Amino acid sequence: MAIAIVDYGIGNLHSVSKAIERLGYEYVITGDKDEIFAAEGVILPGVGAFGDAMNHIREGGMDHIVQEVAASGKPLLGICLGMQLLFSEGEEYGVHQGLDILPGRVVRFEEGDYKIPHMGWNKLEYRRPQNPLVRDLYEGHVYFVHSYHVQPERPEDLIAVTDYGQPVTAIVGRDNVYGMQFHPEKSGELGRLLLRNFLALSTGERLDIPEDIGIHRTESK
Amino acid sequence: MLAKRIIPCLDVKEGRVVKGVNFVNLRDAGDPVELAALYDREGADELVFLDISASVEGRETMVDVVRRTAGEISIPFTVGGGISSVEDMKKILRAGADKIGINTAAVLNPQLINEGSQRFGAQCIVVAVDAKFNSEWNDWEVYTHGGRKPTGIRALEWVREAEQRGAGEILLTSMDADGTKDGFDLPLTKAVCEAINIPVIASGGAGLPEHFYDVFSQANADAGLAATIFHYKEISIPALKTELKAEGVEIR
Repeated sequence: MAIAIVDYGIGNLHSVSKAIERLGYEYVITGDKDEIFAAEGVILPGVGAFGDAMNHIREGGMDHIVQEVAASGKPLLGICLGMQLLFSEGEEYGVHQGLDILPGRVVRFEEGDYKIPHMGWNKLEYRRPQNPLVRDLYEGHVYFVHSYHVQPERPEDLIAVTDYGQPVTAIVGRDNVYGMQFHPEKSGELGRLLLRNFLALSTGERLDIPEDIGIHRTESK
Repeated sequence: MLAKRIIPCLDVKEGRVVKGVNFVNLRDAGDPVELAALYDREGADELVFLDISASVEGRETMVDVVRRTAGEISIPFTVGGGISSVEDMKKILRAGADKIGINTAAVLNPQLINEGSQRFGAQCIVVAVDAKFNSEWNDWEVYTHGGRKPTGIRALEWVREAEQRGAGEILLTSMDADGTKDGFDLPLTKAVCEAINIPVIASGGAGLPEHFYDVFSQANADAGLAATIFHYKEISIPALKTELKAEGVEIR
């Protein structure tokens, strides 16, 4: 099997699994340790509140499994709340400990001249354009829905940001561990390409980059 | 900065797409899943499905349409029509919809907004408002039941209440502009956008690309929604987006 989508009892995994299927990869939705470790890449999804999700993860001992996956070198991708959970702690309805795979905190957007949640299509700016996850891609819009955002402790973990009154963490990555704050499965073509890149990293295949999808490409179709 | 969104709306009856003109005449126009996939490919930023089925079977069919659509498209979509309980919301969200639109049910039972928002998150709850100018009041009035029943409620008060109760977004349809193709209702849309701090989707009246430009630049709407003009190719989404970009509007 190719990709394991971690099932810890919350969220709708239908859209992300179908997106993987459309890209031509196999997946399994599972909470089983053996199945997760047998996969070539692991996706940690997530919707809802930070503390609630961490409680669900701990219930099945899934926290240790995900931490082991990260330590094993197997590609791991957290999506939306799943990315936030990778960090040290979250401040949503009280302070909660996260998986602490990447150092940093998850904080609420400060009240300001913008609407909360940050919801809609916003543009990526690559801070590390050479990272394999984004190397061949253009800086386009992806779909965000969140009220809390990640402040990574190490600036080098930041692969992409988006501008929402301030630079907001959009993609993080360190070694085999990645996170996307937006929903790649809901982000049109660029979302598909980002997800495809993660899947290709997982299965170790070389990507043939179609000529019309280079970094020089602008977004207009 | 967030991009302004272009949203085609698909009216679905018993699992088939129909179109509405002033909420009355309906005409069959195809398979909703196929049409949704087409709009995704064309660059639509989001979709709205409005279920106008009258029967229980029709509503069950809708759950299936939602599930198949979620598997086919890679943009968010909202489902509205006939949703009147948290259980209904759960069914549609579990089938893969991103947001739930509630209209009449929210007016009859405003607590539904609170319950849905607490249970699924504010971002999932879209309150759809059909508004019509009331010349006696010199203000806009909320209508329910597909625009058939005046409620005596002022639209601006209602959207404020909806926001307070936890709505994540307002889908605002001007009954005065709907079906005219003369442009969105700019005064109404502007008044609503100024009254609240959650995103507003303007609906009703779009006939030309510049109507979208006007509603974004003059009324400050976050999104523009239309049905017929997209279904019948009077406006193509790629051409519309190119034009808006050229005018300097932030567009995906």
